[in-house]
Amino acid sequence: MASFEETGPRIPVVESTRVDRVHPRAKLGKSFRVILTVIVTFIMLVPVLVMIMTAFKSRADIVTPPPKVFFHPTLEGFLYLFTDRSVLSPANLAIAQANPGQLDYWQQLALSTGQQINGPSDYVGRLKNSVIIAGTSTVLSVILGLFAAYAFSRFKIAGKDDLLFFILSTRMLPGVVVTIPLFLLYKQLGWNDTYIGLIILYTVFNLSFSVWLLKGFIDEIPVEYEEAALVDGYTRLQAFFRIVLPQAVTGIAATTVFCLIFAWNEYAFALMLTSERARTAPPSIATMLGSGGLEWSAIAAGSLGFLIPVAIVTFTLRDYLLRGVTFGAVRK
Amino acid sequence: MSASESQFRGPSTKVHQGHLSNRAIVNLFIWPTLILLIAMNVFPLFYSLYLGFTNYSAIARQAPVWVGFQNFSNILNDKQLWEYFATTGRYALMSVSLQTLVGFGLAMLVREKFKGGGVLTTLILIPMMISPVVVGLFWKLMYNPTFGFFNFLLGFGNPSQAPDWLASRFAGQPMTGLALFAVVIVDVWMWAPFVMLLVLSGLKAIPDYLYEAAAVDRASSWFQFWRITLPQVAPLLLIAILFRTIEAFKSFDLVMGMTGGGPGVQTELISVDLYRIAFLGQFRTGLGSALAYIILIIIIAISNLYIKYLNQSKGEG
Repeated sequence: MASFEETGPRIPVVESTRVDRVHPRAKLGKSFRVILTVIVTFIMLVPVLVMIMTAFKSRADIVTPPPKVFFHPTLEGFLYLFTDRSVLSPANLAIAQANPGQLDYWQQLALSTGQQINGPSDYVGRLKNSVIIAGTSTVLSVILGLFAAYAFSRFKIAGKDDLLFFILSTRMLPGVVVTIPLFLLYKQLGWNDTYIGLIILYTVFNLSFSVWLLKGFIDEIPVEYEEAALVDGYTRLQAFFRIVLPQAVTGIAATTVFCLIFAWNEYAFALMLTSERARTAPPSIATMLGSGGLEWSAIAAGSLGFLIPVAIVTFTLRDYLLRGVTFGAVRK
Repeated sequence: MSASESQFRGPSTKVHQGHLSNRAIVNLFIWPTLILLIAMNVFPLFYSLYLGFTNYSAIARQAPVWVGFQNFSNILNDKQLWEYFATTGRYALMSVSLQTLVGFGLAMLVREKFKGGGVLTTLILIPMMISPVVVGLFWKLMYNPTFGFFNFLLGFGNPSQAPDWLASRFAGQPMTGLALFAVVIVDVWMWAPFVMLLVLSGLKAIPDYLYEAAAVDRASSWFQFWRITLPQVAPLLLIAILFRTIEAFKSFDLVMGMTGGGPGVQTELISVDLYRIAFLGQFRTGLGSALAYIILIIIIAISNLYIKYLNQSKGEG
């Protein structure tokens, strides 16, 4: 090991040795910067923390001024979000309270606020709609986008740049411009307030995005792999399915999740093109009315339901986030 | 990029018996996408252009009646609509410039690596991934004058002395513009991380030797910022501003979730009003289509001006 010590340091150099970085003042500046970053991040996250707190507050705790930071957590918000309840008369309340043994947790919780559960709320159905519509449209737009992206990435196509720009430009249209004619078209087809109407719309809405994003990922897969496969007697389609697809899995996964988030969060189209049967969660959370005005804990609980998947996704996809939010136009 | 540019030659161009030719594959692969985009985007675009020249209501039983430029002249002569355009412009200007400043600041803050820096950066990015309408809703709670956290954290103890943001009142007195600014604050909170993300990728691409050379020359950090950092990041920063400006003019979800255009018409952005014209009350579809077209033209004009300016400044540099 003696020779090793002569040739270089045992510990790799990870700190910069530049004079402007090792100077005590620079080091002090750095720790100041770290502390500042932590503080700023905390400030940015305050609304999110408030939302999480509110989701677990009771109705009374939410409307008490000044706002409570410490409180007794409860699942009331989720109860209000997912169930349809009615207020019990004092006589019935007494009867119900007399034998609490037969009730499950949620029923007891409702009872403690003087209510009984009549059944699931509309929101449960709306969530189901959201899952079906966002899920189906995402699968469709990723599959179609994948084929188109492959063709654009690998073949000579007349007017390729113009076509790609056309595909991108469809995403720049203000949604409201296309909604009016689509509303009329859907009325003719009987597609207003149906799954298929929203699924097709969201598929198209995400398609431009998925083509651009996937093209970026496929561009990075060396052509040599497919060329070798073709020489070995694979057909073009076989090469696509057996060579390119496995290589593009990360890109496909990232694209899928981005499309899912967009479709899941979408509000304007759903508001204008659905009313009852196919309404998704975002427009219905906005109209969540309780017996006395807005039911804040239910709204906070619903928002938390939106936040959790998004937070997970943000963390898993942090390396692709830049591509995702810029249609693949900017890469790291 | 290099891989994509090289086109296939050789064995692949040979058409095998019973196999698809490359031409067929290309057609098979891109046409479903193009057909969907044309059907759902290009067709509606022409259809709404036609509707813009008609008097028509989607809920009436009458067919569209051709009225020429009447809808357009009605819109251009409507003082109220001009005011909504002005509100939208003010909103876009305020929120985009604040986002740029805050986003740039954030990026400068987290640009240098430190332990846990990646986690913090990712945490900052969360707001922009949440549904805007949901963001609008829970900020409505934040802004509540009696039990909201916003005033509480700003240090206003007594609700009667504090601003009521979404009602545009300060200590009981009306204060015009407060509600719009409240929406701007939320938009900045949501989208400054987007600017940060783009600026950050620009900052990471700046070659280290530029700063080393500057350090050797004992250039001040002020000088380094203006002569190295800013010019190098400018292209990405400008892309971020372009994206955000377009989005600000399309802004709908956030305002609907938070104020619904109120109080009065103080936060009535143009796309909110368009929704009101076309989908509420009388469903004035013809007028709505004309207004939608005017918005579209404004957005295209702004982006073109902007891209032109972008190319010009690139040419000079």
